[in-house]
Amino acid sequence: MRLAQFPDSDAILNVCHLNVRFGGQHILENISLDLYREQVVTLIGPNGSGKSTLVKTLIGAVRPTSGQVTIAPQQRIGYVPQRLHLDPTLPMTVKRFINLPRRNPNRDVQKALEDAGAGALIDAAMSELSGGQFQRVLLARALLTRPDILILDEATQGLDHRGTAEFYQHIETVRRTYGCAVLMVSHDLHVVMRTADHVLCLNRVICCEGKPEQVASSPDYQALFGDQTAQTLALYRHHHQEAANAG
Amino acid sequence: MLDDFMWRAMIAGVLVAMAAAPLGCFVVWRRMAYFGDATAHAAILGVALALLLDVSIFFGVLTVALVMASCVSMLSGRGYAMDTLLGVMAHSALAIGLVAVSFLAGVRIDLSAYLFGDILAVGKTDIRIIGGGVALVLTLLFWRWSSLLTATLSDELAYASGIQPRREQLVLTLALAVVVAVALKVVGVLLIAALLIIPAATARPFCRTPEAMAILAAGIAMLAVTAGLRTAYVMDTPTGPTIVTLAAVLFTLATVVTQGWRLLRQRLQPASCHSGK
Repeated sequence: MRLAQFPDSDAILNVCHLNVRFGGQHILENISLDLYREQVVTLIGPNGSGKSTLVKTLIGAVRPTSGQVTIAPQQRIGYVPQRLHLDPTLPMTVKRFINLPRRNPNRDVQKALEDAGAGALIDAAMSELSGGQFQRVLLARALLTRPDILILDEATQGLDHRGTAEFYQHIETVRRTYGCAVLMVSHDLHVVMRTADHVLCLNRVICCEGKPEQVASSPDYQALFGDQTAQTLALYRHHHQEAANAG
Repeated sequence: MLDDFMWRAMIAGVLVAMAAAPLGCFVVWRRMAYFGDATAHAAILGVALALLLDVSIFFGVLTVALVMASCVSMLSGRGYAMDTLLGVMAHSALAIGLVAVSFLAGVRIDLSAYLFGDILAVGKTDIRIIGGGVALVLTLLFWRWSSLLTATLSDELAYASGIQPRREQLVLTLALAVVVAVALKVVGVLLIAALLIIPAATARPFCRTPEAMAILAAGIAMLAVTAGLRTAYVMDTPTGPTIVTLAAVLFTLATVVTQGWRLLRQRLQPASCHSGK
């Protein structure tokens, strides 16, 4: 099915009754979502809940069994993958990597690297980068297209607390300077609560969604992540607001 | 110049090296070494079929190599691990090819020419065919270079940039079949994979970008071909195997030099650490 016009004039990305099946298995069932300009939407869900499949469907790597993904005209997508294994036999500098598949003026490359917090790395070899540096280079590569929608698939996996915090700081700066919407898969629930405008809790179907505190207090969410985590999150949000009021 | 068999051999060898080495880089980066081997081994079946049907050997080999490569691409991910699948198909194709050749009653063919190459017997027509094949492969690689590299890095990154990884895989498969068909005369089915992989592996430690590695690998392959031809002439050894031996010598030298250099640096580094304290 293909709609003649874009369903919601304000949304820049729309997913409509999306279903994905592999073999006989239903991976994603009846997923609908809208993404708006400068909105931060976070996807959470247990392992195997279809988060990565949803992201892959959005970037066109997985074909939906039914339903559709529509992107508003002239909206560019920047994609930061989960992690990337570079074969050690493939020599690659940061500069060369970031210019794949299209070459960009040096000035733009340097700017993107600086925006991603990797300004000094342009001449480094990809194999010499730490986990955090690697992710920042991936972010810079996504920024080069000047994206309207930035999609991140568990981009902080394998980073330590400090690395994770720094990475999200860069994302937040990028969102403000580039004015792009962000859709990210995340396991860092504290970060989710602090940064997300909208949270989608996925477990094959979207089992609950809303503002972070709404999701945290939802019984579906508590069933998935346990009471303990939910309380931590509710508390975190609470403290955060108090701090804001005090300040 | 083309009337001298040594010059013809030299031109054919250098042409094949120019295409095989950059393609070999992709074979190494994508871990397709066994894939190249399987396609090359299937070539002997192509030779048998070409003789049987009385068509050009180049055409027979190209067809069988393409069929073989597509079969492997299609069968992968359906229950068998890739290396098992390729192990089965490579050696089956070689065995079936050898059996098929023995059925060719009345045709006395020099089997070793196809197994180990017969570069000194390259004629003017062969050079034209090799030249055409090499031009096709280099054009394909040059035209698709960035897309091929992106698809080699990651399927998802490719999709996100609007590149279809399966189409790039097809381009490589086609290029591989053409290289096998033109390299048959130079090094033979058993040694084609060596011409793909050894120059690329030799170039790796000296390069920082994929482009540099492809160019250096081509240079190394051309050096191995010319030096191999000369050595075979002087020492009266079989030409194809001599070329591969020269490539192996270059690889060993490169490995010894780079590993030696690394060891030396490691020995020096703790010392400088101590003096720092």
